[in-house]
Amino acid sequence: MSTTVVEQWTAEPLEHYVAQASARIVVVMTPAGQVLAQHGFGRAVDLMGVAALGAAIMASAGALADLVGERTFAALFHAGQRHGIHLAGCSTARGALVVLTVFGRDTSIGLVELFFGEFAAARRAAAPADSARGPILAENFEAELGASLATLFGR
Amino acid sequence: MSGAMERALERLVRVRGVRGALFVAADDGLVVTQLLMENVDGKAVAALAASLARKIGGAAGVAGAGKVRFAELDASEGTLLVTPAPEGLLVVVLAEPRINAGLCRLEMVRAAEAART
Repeated sequence: MSTTVVEQWTAEPLEHYVAQASARIVVVMTPAGQVLAQHGFGRAVDLMGVAALGAAIMASAGALADLVGERTFAALFHAGQRHGIHLAGCSTARGALVVLTVFGRDTSIGLVELFFGEFAAARRAAAPADSARGPILAENFEAELGASLATLFGR
Repeated sequence: MSGAMERALERLVRVRGVRGALFVAADDGLVVTQLLMENVDGKAVAALAASLARKIGGAAGVAGAGKVRFAELDASEGTLLVTPAPEGLLVVVLAEPRINAGLCRLEMVRAAEAART
């Protein structure tokens, strides 16, 4: 499975994370669900669905955290029979990002958590500080989403 | 934390050269309970020890050696000891090089029994 990125600075930390954590699928996105990098997808339509759901879960968890007096939940973990999902946020000079990782039984949540910490630190170090990402406006969202998917899937 | 497990870890870290002992969830690689020296990263030890145990178990299975009862990784700067415990747990010990592995193993087996209670 190939790794594709919208912004080149994300490529090396992502490839390293995928290899270390033995991740099957990784999506790096903004909290609005705009995909910046991915590993493991062959079709744009699958990626769009996963990114939208991941961003929605993070938003819901954030709202829930607010209700119970937490600033945020650091990470969410869902265990399945064959796959687990790890969903966590990290901050960079380019703004807040959400990372969704799907992993199989050949690795563990402990390893994913461990290497996610390194991945987040590597992303912070690699992020260009000169141009923080602005808020995504509703009128731009569709165009930015289309442009991201075109870059990721070469269309 | 179970009192019996806590006491088992206390006995383990009293063995000369032991730098830390943990109960780890074998499938998840997460710490269940730990007693470590200050500069030991329990999260990393748990994740990597569980991964190692899984791989050794796979190798033993392929080789027809059966279920792994004890694993010792002897490295230049330290020793990692792992033994399975009931309830899907592992007992993991991080120690100095050239530890008395026999004594340590005895305490680890006792610790594994403590997880049953």
